[in-house]
Amino acid sequence: MRLSGHGLRCVRGGREVFAGLGFTAASGEAVAVMGRNGSGKTSLLRLIAGLLVPAGGTIELDGGDAELTVPEQCHYLGHRDALKPALTVAENLSFWAAFLGGERGDAAATLATVGLDHATHLPAGFLSAGQRRRLSLARLLTVRRPVWLLDEPTNALDVAGQDMFGGLMRDHLAGGGMIIAATHAPLGIEARELRIGGVA
Amino acid sequence: MTLIDLANPTRFLALTARVLPWLAAATVILLAIGLYQSAYAPDDYQQGATVKIMFIHVPNAWLSMFVWGVMSIASLGTLVWRHPLADVAAKAAAPIGASFTFLALLTGSLWGRPMWGTYWEWDARLTSVLILFLMYLGLMALWRAVDDPSRAARAAAVLTLVGAINLPIIKFSVDWWNTLHQPASVMRMGGSALDKSFLIPLLVMAIAFTLLFVTLHLAAMRNEILRRRVRSLQMMQASRIAFSSDVAAGSRQENASKEVGAA
Amino acid sequence: MTALAALIRRDIRIALRVGGGALIGVLFFLTVVVLMPFAVGPDLALLSRLGPAILWLGALLASLLTLDRLFMADHEDGSLDLITMSRTPLELACAAKALAHWLAAGLPLIVATPVLGLLLNLDMVATGAVALTLLAGTPALTFTGMIGAALAVTLHRGGLLMAVLVLPLSIPVLIFGVAASQAVIVGPMTFGAPFSILCALSLVSLVIGPFAAAASLRHGLD
Repeated sequence: MRLSGHGLRCVRGGREVFAGLGFTAASGEAVAVMGRNGSGKTSLLRLIAGLLVPAGGTIELDGGDAELTVPEQCHYLGHRDALKPALTVAENLSFWAAFLGGERGDAAATLATVGLDHATHLPAGFLSAGQRRRLSLARLLTVRRPVWLLDEPTNALDVAGQDMFGGLMRDHLAGGGMIIAATHAPLGIEARELRIGGVA
Repeated sequence: MTLIDLANPTRFLALTARVLPWLAAATVILLAIGLYQSAYAPDDYQQGATVKIMFIHVPNAWLSMFVWGVMSIASLGTLVWRHPLADVAAKAAAPIGASFTFLALLTGSLWGRPMWGTYWEWDARLTSVLILFLMYLGLMALWRAVDDPSRAARAAAVLTLVGAINLPIIKFSVDWWNTLHQPASVMRMGGSALDKSFLIPLLVMAIAFTLLFVTLHLAAMRNEILRRRVRSLQMMQASRIAFSSDVAAGSRQENASKEVGAA
Repeated sequence: MTALAALIRRDIRIALRVGGGALIGVLFFLTVVVLMPFAVGPDLALLSRLGPAILWLGALLASLLTLDRLFMADHEDGSLDLITMSRTPLELACAAKALAHWLAAGLPLIVATPVLGLLLNLDMVATGAVALTLLAGTPALTFTGMIGAALAVTLHRGGLLMAVLVLPLSIPVLIFGVAASQAVIVGPMTFGAPFSILCALSLVSLVIGPFAAAASLRHGLD
């Protein structure tokens, strides 16, 4: 499998954020999107996720499921956690597992992996920011998607959480997955750098 | 034992555990006496046996206002003295007050049915009770809308006190509105005109219902205290997991949670 | 199908939990209806003549005002992004959300109608007629109101703007809903004709609403 973008151009609010941007990521490869604030890291991820319409250029996933669009084969982990505070940890996770569909893993085991197995019955509103992030990571594990689009994934995670997450990313890559991550901090895995928006 | 001691929820739980059975027993006995006396009270020469609805209706109507009074005092406790049990008392009283108000409405409409020919008439007294009922429901909705009880407490306290000031104004306006449209209210109940054979059972019932409220209220307060303890235990559980798995990163975690608190 | 069922279940659960708004709509309905007699006077004959109109107006306002947050909450916490990306067509997801909203906020209004009918001196038949027309008509309100809720997300404005956008769209539903109820109470029209049109309006909105809402959500993404 190979995810690639060619000649991507992004315009937000009448301002050109970037133009002529290209990237490739083959199975088992990670791309770290670097750049200063406002250089369009998040915009690039949202373009791939189909949440923004590119002003030009194409995004392709060779060797993916031909019946599905690119966004449908991606996981998107944005700044916001997509969790409902009124629902319990388990309810939040099982909703996304059922809604996103596809191959499903064991929810209890997943929660244990991200270190939330003791909180399954608690409302997500009781969780701290780092724990909420861990619960979002659990979503990436319960439903299999070849491409992970991660926007500042280590935000709010502590050192142990970052280690845990590094392991998860390595497993994903070893299983033939791809990762595109926008980040300031080192990801903790080997990744090709993609600098956008000129020199910081 | 002074009032300060009662402010401690643990003391409160221990004390009410001892008092509640006696209160419940007293309520049952008084209710039994009251119901017996009401059943054997003479029929009214105009209304016949329907007058006996009064023995249920009047205590409920009295309590509908009394409970709001209790909640107002509790709200003052929340806002002025920041008494730890005050908002528990106010929150626990609201559904009970709403129930009494609902019963007052129900019995009032049943009582009115033979006189008016309909279950509902926009009679001044009943209409005021209906508005009171709506205010109770609004207050309960406010308690339910906010997840954190201590945050909801202040908003509810302000609303309760505003309601307490507004209730007489509403009552006056509704009376005025009603006389504007129909000169005489159908339901008349001058307290002084009541015969002694009515008055005594009515008094007994009023006391019995007040005791019933006190019993229910104390029990509901206990439940609310326990519910809050469960909540804080759950929150502790949620954060303890974080600490046990991130012992090495304790300080980072602390910083993160501080940021959350600030946000 | 499991995806849609999961979405419906989740939305209903959130509506019924602490902080959810399912029952506030009913309370609003009750308050609006109780307010009316203070404006028009306590004359029972007059109230029973105005009853269907008052109930319909109350239900209309209650169901539209609670729609405000239909997509807003999901937008704010990022859920809407994932719903848009997912393999479930956005149109179906919108329809599922609207259905969940109707079940949690619309049905209680219909259940409350008999009690309010009592306050407005409507007899059994009249109350039944109003409840039946509400049952047939409130889906149309929810599914057209959904378009406004989607626009509110796109424009980052909610509340009154949404009401101004959507209320004119609900006029046909109001006309035929009240007409059908009045037909039962005073005649001279038959109940069938306006009621059929009301059902037709609901069915049409069931189709148009999800498509319009999904389109406006897609174009408003950023």
